[in-house]
Amino acid sequence: MQMAAVSEQKSGFKAGIKAGISIAVGYLPVALTFGLLAKTTGLTLFESVLMSLLVFAGAAQYISLSLIAAGAGAAVIIFNTFIVNIRHFLMSASLNEKMEPETRAKKSLYAFGLTDETFTVIATREGKTTTGFALGVMLIAYGSWVVNTGIGHVIGASLPEFLQQAMSIALYAMFVGLLVPSLKKEMKVAYLAGLAAVLNSMFTLTGLLDTGWAIAASTLISAMAVEVLTGLRKGAALK
Amino acid sequence: MNMVLIIIGMAIVTYIPRVLPLTVLEGKELPPFFQGVLKNIPYAVLGALIFPGILFIQPDDIWFGIAGAAAAFILAFLGADVMIVVLGAIAFLSVYMLMGG
Repeated sequence: MQMAAVSEQKSGFKAGIKAGISIAVGYLPVALTFGLLAKTTGLTLFESVLMSLLVFAGAAQYISLSLIAAGAGAAVIIFNTFIVNIRHFLMSASLNEKMEPETRAKKSLYAFGLTDETFTVIATREGKTTTGFALGVMLIAYGSWVVNTGIGHVIGASLPEFLQQAMSIALYAMFVGLLVPSLKKEMKVAYLAGLAAVLNSMFTLTGLLDTGWAIAASTLISAMAVEVLTGLRKGAALK
Repeated sequence: MNMVLIIIGMAIVTYIPRVLPLTVLEGKELPPFFQGVLKNIPYAVLGALIFPGILFIQPDDIWFGIAGAAAAFILAFLGADVMIVVLGAIAFLSVYMLMGG
């Protein structure tokens, strides 16, 4: 009985909040700067916070600011937002394999909180993940994103220069911290991450694809190629 | 007011890719090959999210990114918790900069 209660807690809402703290830290400098840039682009405090509240997608929000500054029309801004976030189709489908069965209403609720960061934190956990855990991770990440957007707009400045620069490593360091433990356990993880890293570098550094497409394409190609190869190897082993 | 409408439009097109697969695929058993591909995605996407981005966090100084990446990889390899990897990499780069790197 007690064991069950403990493991429940480990995989529940509180555990999600705890696992999401590194995202909240990583979002801090990004959201502060977004708030600041939104202000200099001419958005009011209300509009800036509303965008973070309703959209909750860093890359898309940054791009929208540069488009607004360039005087782009509503249709262009909205279309670009969709393109940049197309990669979330893949993450949402992958997350569906990971999550415990749940009503569509609750899934529609937590689907809103899916970002690159919340997805990787939730999807790299072992075993099935509970709805509570996902909500915990997303809530603290969302809180940091919205509140720090407001603070950035109000104080009209970001962190001290050296801290702002040092903290720009935060989300990348988190991705590394999530990847390496699995890397040490399974060679397959090294192939998956390595191939996607090489492809994404090729796509972006040659300018072949924009960031949003590049991440989606390199992820999908790597995930499929490695699956085909491991399938072939298993087939060969059976013969 | 126009800005609010743009924000609502952005919100809708951002929500669609997030919500469709999670709800449409609920309770559906996919063919094993596709299940395998979907289970591979978290690790593939981590590779793409880390590289090449981590190298260019300071576009004019690639060594800054390399130093931060090295710090994060070493901490993670030694088995540090994700939060320690994040704080350790930030601390390392703060020192790197204060030393005039």
